[in-house]
Amino acid sequence: MYDLVVIGAGPAGMAAAEVVADHGGTVAVVDAGDQPGGQFHRHRPGEVHGRRLEALYAVAARVDMRYGHRVWTVERAGDRFAVRCVVGQREPASAVVSGRAVLLATGAHDRVVPFPGADLPGVMTAGGAQALLKGGGVVPSGRIVVAGTGVFLLPVAAGLAAAGGRVRGVYEANRPGRRLSSMAGEWGRIAEAGGYASRLVRHRVGFHRGQAVVAAHGRDRLTAVTVARLTANWRVVPGSRRRIECDVLAVGYGFTPQLELAEALGCRLEPGASGDPVVAVSATQRTSVPGVYAAGEVTGVGGASSAELEGRLAGHAVMGVRPPGRLLTGRAQARRFAYRLETAFPVRDGWRSWLTDDTVVCRCESVTWSGVRGAASAGAVDARTVKLLSRAGMGYCQGRVCGYAVNRLVGGDPMSVPVRRPIAQPLPLGLLAEEGEP
Amino acid sequence: MNEPIRFLCDGEPVDAEPGQTIAAALTAADVWTLRRTRGTGRPRGVFCGMGVCFDCLVTLNGRPDVRSCVERVVAGDEVVTTGVRDV
Repeated sequence: MYDLVVIGAGPAGMAAAEVVADHGGTVAVVDAGDQPGGQFHRHRPGEVHGRRLEALYAVAARVDMRYGHRVWTVERAGDRFAVRCVVGQREPASAVVSGRAVLLATGAHDRVVPFPGADLPGVMTAGGAQALLKGGGVVPSGRIVVAGTGVFLLPVAAGLAAAGGRVRGVYEANRPGRRLSSMAGEWGRIAEAGGYASRLVRHRVGFHRGQAVVAAHGRDRLTAVTVARLTANWRVVPGSRRRIECDVLAVGYGFTPQLELAEALGCRLEPGASGDPVVAVSATQRTSVPGVYAAGEVTGVGGASSAELEGRLAGHAVMGVRPPGRLLTGRAQARRFAYRLETAFPVRDGWRSWLTDDTVVCRCESVTWSGVRGAASAGAVDARTVKLLSRAGMGYCQGRVCGYAVNRLVGGDPMSVPVRRPIAQPLPLGLLAEEGEP
Repeated sequence: MNEPIRFLCDGEPVDAEPGQTIAAALTAADVWTLRRTRGTGRPRGVFCGMGVCFDCLVTLNGRPDVRSCVERVVAGDEVVTTGVRDV
């Protein structure tokens, strides 16, 4: 039994593992992938370059890394936790990793805003495009459009352009400007953003404020998108629609924390900067459930450096060691910055006017906007009731992808998403039968 | 660059760089449709790229519903896309 089981090998999880190991504790780090660093430090196998990546591997060598482990639930049994996993996809097996404490460092995925044609092959999330590039060295052939909102669009577009991608433009639905520049100098990340901007200029990639991709077109794959200028509330400015031929669309509207394990454990959630739920934590990253800690994006999307600070704080708390004061002040600073960034790139309600009756909202179950509307007129008031009436959110992904949109479409309370799911990962039934006691 | 490794996609040979996921290798080979939806038969491809959305499911060596975006290619793998209709 470990002193700490970390779920998620990203910046938060690895930082916590390092601190616990430094203080003589035993740690297992469970991750679905096969390398440390999470989405932020995703890299091609064997290409361990740079100080930060080398440091991550140095930590990985000192703790028990459990790669290829997808956690489907965490159970509390007395004073211990059993982290139940499916291992591998080729020959799935089951595994249980037990610890006195658990750290939820499960990160976030792209927040998905539906629009007509968004289910066509060639339309992918900004995070997905970034993963193909950073993890696989793949730049999709053909013309690429990047759209959505948030600073993350910049590294995605700049990365693709620098790697030879034909990026036709970046369409940022918000109009960052004054608010963003007033934050300059406060944090290195803006300087970083400045670097991306100059790279885009160098590659002649236009950055279009207040515009969005409101429809995607194609028969069996993407061949064009419709972009439009938006009002302040993101409705289409009449007469502003125009068609742009392209083969790939990378689209991202910020991030949604992966909260299903926190929910399964009964951790208290609270509204984050965007009003959507995050795991509530103390100044030392304790959740409302004794023995369960959370760090990184699950406690509010704040980026890698913030996640690392939170991981360190959690590591100290697990070992009962007072954290250095600079960690606490650093985290407070990082949180303030993350809050301002998140509120500078909100998702405005007007996207709902982009939808047509046959727009796919729930990708797994092919539930359209008219299906969701039908559920609403039959009395559904949030993502959970829409699911019962229309099957939206009932498929393989369990509403991770559509939950945000479905809830917004029926005017549900943001805190009612995610919908509680007892099992966080699809699971071969045979494995359940094999399950032993931890 | 390392020697490419070869696998089959719907019976056709595809070269991948060692360590690439199935989805990355197929994207590089300009293969976009990885499955079709049940009922409507709409094509689907890589979407989230990180194992969350299940749009990129393929049949791998006879095993259905494998997330191609998080599974690295092994030489000799047999991937079937169009036969997968369903989630």
